[in-house]
Amino acid sequence: MSFISVKNVWQQYGDQVVLEGLNLSIAEGEFCTLVGASGCGKSTFLRLLLGQEVASKGSILLNGQPLAKEPDSTRGVVFQRYSVFPHLSVLDNVALGLELPRSTLLGRLFGAAKRDAREQAAALLHKVGLDHALDKYPTQLSGGMQQRLAIAQALIMKPRVLLLDEPFGALDPGIRKDMHALLLELWRETKLTVFMVTHDLSEGFNLGTRLLVFDKVRIDPHAPGAYGARITYDIPLNSDRRAARVALDSLKTI
Amino acid sequence: MRLINRRPDRASRLILVLLPFALLLFAYFTGSATRLTENPNDKLLPSAVQMTEAIKRVAFVPDQRTGEYLLWQDTGASLQRLAIGLAISAVVGLCLGIASGVLPLFSAPLSPLLTVLSMVPPLAILPILFIVFGLGELSKVMLIVIGITPVLARDLEQRAREIPVELLIKAQTLGASTWTLILRVVLPQLLPRLLISLRLVLGSAWLFLIAAEAIASTDGLGYRIFLVRRYLAMDMILPYVVWITLLAWLMDWGLKALTRKAFPWYEGARP
Repeated sequence: MSFISVKNVWQQYGDQVVLEGLNLSIAEGEFCTLVGASGCGKSTFLRLLLGQEVASKGSILLNGQPLAKEPDSTRGVVFQRYSVFPHLSVLDNVALGLELPRSTLLGRLFGAAKRDAREQAAALLHKVGLDHALDKYPTQLSGGMQQRLAIAQALIMKPRVLLLDEPFGALDPGIRKDMHALLLELWRETKLTVFMVTHDLSEGFNLGTRLLVFDKVRIDPHAPGAYGARITYDIPLNSDRRAARVALDSLKTI
Repeated sequence: MRLINRRPDRASRLILVLLPFALLLFAYFTGSATRLTENPNDKLLPSAVQMTEAIKRVAFVPDQRTGEYLLWQDTGASLQRLAIGLAISAVVGLCLGIASGVLPLFSAPLSPLLTVLSMVPPLAILPILFIVFGLGELSKVMLIVIGITPVLARDLEQRAREIPVELLIKAQTLGASTWTLILRVVLPQLLPRLLISLRLVLGSAWLFLIAAEAIASTDGLGYRIFLVRRYLAMDMILPYVVWITLLAWLMDWGLKALTRKAFPWYEGARP
């Protein structure tokens, strides 16, 4: 059975149809990159997966269960901007993910529990290369560093799905390359299923194990909103990477 | 060089800062001296000596009737009312602002109500306050609370709405409930803004305080000013006004310093 199945999903706002008739079946551990022209619904699809919006028609199943109608800790997310909390230090931005679920009354841990959360956060921050900046505030970091932080923050929850909405769109090409390496490394280490919206085609081809192209098939020039986008191409990519991952998984299960 | 590109250096900046104050004082004291040479009994523009005498009388000599030092007693009474009023307004404004700014279900009934309430001129309902709460401390504090709470609440509501939705979504993916999201994400981001709003409403708060004290009170800075007005005691009114201004400025400066000290992340995080 597929990990995520999208069944005949439509999304429309008023008269404006954004997505129409999406059908997908995604295996666990897939790295899907979503590309397409601006305004063709890639980000809308990501918001549906996140639970930020609910589809007008159709259903999305996660592990056979309908997706929760609001964001929760099974799905991590990194946005292009505003992904990290400006009022918390780098360390606490990540530790927050450990504090919130464990303390329902105050959302805050104390004493040994707090130290423990901070240690775990520090270990993860070391992995994304931020161990020199634990006490800084996000605004003191560069754009690339902020996105590293946002990724670490999402991963501390050990989500099964990671959603990335043009996470590297505002970064320099050199930094972007570093971020690609980091992301792939993290993806290899975890059983994460990734969906990444990008404007950069080469990024889409390089990173993904599956490329989904969103485009409008039908266009009515007199009613631009009448038809939505579909997935026009669904291309398997980087089969070596995928195979390596499957092999690794089977080794682990033995 | 164009005017827009010319900047004062440190020394000339200091001079430029002090200049308007110096001019103001100069204008006052020349006016005062001119009037006093014409008529030594003139009360309108008292000299520095006369004002110093008046300050000594109220600040360092106990009042003959009560045995209290009037200036300090007035200051204590006024600051207490102001502090209680501001504290209540801050807490209520913060709660209303957060509820209305973050929770759509609360925003629907609260937001229009706050808009309308903030349009009610507080001084117009001062008589109602006196009728309902009596002439004691409560009605004076309530005037401040009623006057500035809607302003604070509306400002904080707006700031809460300006928190990027991405942050609220992110907090939910980190396992926050509505309550912990407010506690750990919304509240800390609004606290520095609350201090700034408080600075902005400080002037109104003093206005309401003085108005309430002027009408029904037995002590307080506003009460004293309106009391001695009967004797045309400008030598006392002017120092009192300067003292109130100084207190207000110190509170403003204190809040500003507190914002910087308590929320070091805030300056850099503003969009």
